Amino acid sequence: MKYLVTVKSVEDPEIKIKIKPDGTSIETDQVKYVVNPFDEIAVEEALRLRDAAGGGEVVAVTIGRKDAQQQLRTALAMGADRGVHVVCDQPLDPTLVSEALAKVVEGEKPDLVLMGKQAVDDDQGQVGAMLAERLGWGQASFVSKETSLESEDEKAKKPGVSIAGTTLQVVREVDGGMESVTVTLPAILTTDLRLNVPRYASLPGIMKAKKKEVKELKLADVVADPTPKVKILKLEPPAQRKAGIKVADVPTLVTKLKTEAKVL
Amino acid sequence: MTFEGWDFCRIDDELSEEERMARDTTRRFVDDRFKPLITEHFRKGTFPMQLVPEIAELGVFGATIKGYDCAGMNNVAYGLVLQELERGDSGLRSFASVQSSLVMYPIWRYGTEAQKQHWLPLMARGKKIGCFGLTEADFGSDPGGMRTRATLDGDHWVLNGSKMWITNGSIADVAVVWAKTGDSQDSIKGFLVEKGTPGFTASNIEGKFSLRASVTSELAFDGCRLKKDAVLPESHGLGAPLSCLNQARYGISWGVIGAAADCYETARAYALERVQFGSPIAGFQLVQEKLVTMLTEISKAQLLCLRLGRLKDQDKLRPPQVSMAKRNNVSWALEIARLAREVLGANGIADEYPVIRHMLNLESVYTYEGTHDIHTLIVGRDITGLDAFHAGA
Repeated sequence: MKYLVTVKSVEDPEIKIKIKPDGTSIETDQVKYVVNPFDEIAVEEALRLRDAAGGGEVVAVTIGRKDAQQQLRTALAMGADRGVHVVCDQPLDPTLVSEALAKVVEGEKPDLVLMGKQAVDDDQGQVGAMLAERLGWGQASFVSKETSLESEDEKAKKPGVSIAGTTLQVVREVDGGMESVTVTLPAILTTDLRLNVPRYASLPGIMKAKKKEVKELKLADVVADPTPKVKILKLEPPAQRKAGIKVADVPTLVTKLKTEAKVL
Repeated sequence: MTFEGWDFCRIDDELSEEERMARDTTRRFVDDRFKPLITEHFRKGTFPMQLVPEIAELGVFGATIKGYDCAGMNNVAYGLVLQELERGDSGLRSFASVQSSLVMYPIWRYGTEAQKQHWLPLMARGKKIGCFGLTEADFGSDPGGMRTRATLDGDHWVLNGSKMWITNGSIADVAVVWAKTGDSQDSIKGFLVEKGTPGFTASNIEGKFSLRASVTSELAFDGCRLKKDAVLPESHGLGAPLSCLNQARYGISWGVIGAAADCYETARAYALERVQFGSPIAGFQLVQEKLVTMLTEISKAQLLCLRLGRLKDQDKLRPPQVSMAKRNNVSWALEIARLAREVLGANGIADEYPVIRHMLNLESVYTYEGTHDIHTLIVGRDITGLDAFHAGA
């Protein structure tokens, strides 16, 4: 089995984002980048599937700036076998990204593509579905699992999804419950938060990752027209929240909830 | 636009991808796995032993050693790892320093191939924990005066004496013990003493107000018989244990930057939130002066360490340079912790914030692995050619 995982380099969600004076992009100087946390879950799941099957190959792919290679290397340090980096330093939209990924998939011919359900920078969550459409493949979105992240299976790093022959069986998170589905391979799988706890890139893993192959492609190699169809017009920070108040006791709280907040 | 973080001089730009990745993965581990536990362990005076397999899996132990299941990283990457560990707690960094610099390093440097093959992979995987016995109750700064003796009796070495202030002593599976095999300090040799060897006992030192999340012990050897191959054959004289300390001191110089940075970030965030006289205290000149001093000294300490790390990787690092860094960085980290304590006011003494814990820890770091004053004398001797160690004699 061959697994393709996407790794998007995103601004560290822990840091404060600053909007540039142009109002349509954010300040990137001295900004720390990390692997999109949902993609880390996808990498982890691919590694578990490979290791549980006793073989296979995990290929990590990223599209973005030259220095996004550090995030690609992080996936390799976690244990992915090799990388593909579509190097580009221009605005992208889900249409372009899915077109580029479809081209990479055409070349790599994976049995399963694993992606985060969304990237935490722009939260669009469109690429998985678009890629499935372009390829004509089935897609399982918001993939989770029945057992908890404190379970013995999780501690033993067992995969949360299962593959039998050409059938992928997964559990999806839906409103108020879980849904079990099967999808015929080749397929796309997008990961939700509770699928697994991703491993840390280890120091020996980081050393090994230095020697792993990363194939570089240009955006022009994988898309016909690099003009984005979606344009960002304006970015605004959320309105500042007013400081809360402290109340003396529960009766005062109830009164205020009734008369001021009017929620009771 | 305010400056966030503490890399004021963009030292990050000077680091390789591998070095940044090593730092970042350790930072996440410490934030996710260690920080939620530390306050409780510091209160109880225990080390979170349940994390040892995870720390080992991260590859921290013996990270600069090539082969033997170790990561084989460069010294800057290793320094950054220690910085991140000590951002958690000096006890965590001490645990890693002892295992790596004071136990794995002497085995790697002075041991036989058989000793290396046996111990290093086990220690890298955290299956075996080590400790380092040099200091004695009456011989701290002057280890050459040690009383612990090893004498040959047929096919065995017989060890007599005691060691004091030994990190991880009672939890260690093996102790690297330094003993005289004759009368002079040139006769000092290292011995591997396994837990449970008859005549060897370890007991904990209680009542510490510093490094509480770290085990500190006393080791006693009473006619402790060791097989002849327990000796580290390539260790000859006091230079051998001092070379181990030089490794550890290099790591301390990096580590304390982490403790200082945690204090600075806590103090800055607190000062921006805390309102007195109608405005955040960060707007007051005296508070700003403290914050600026902290960040300036953190930046200088980082630059010094980075330079020494590069020299170490080129095999050009001299021990007095390490003394300068240990002396400067620990002393400033302690001062930064005290300044942060002041900025936090009464909250500065509560363990809801990490500041008082770092401050108390750094009092130990100031003294161990060569006191501040001893490092002054090492650098002093280096630049004058005059030895001030025996001035009272």
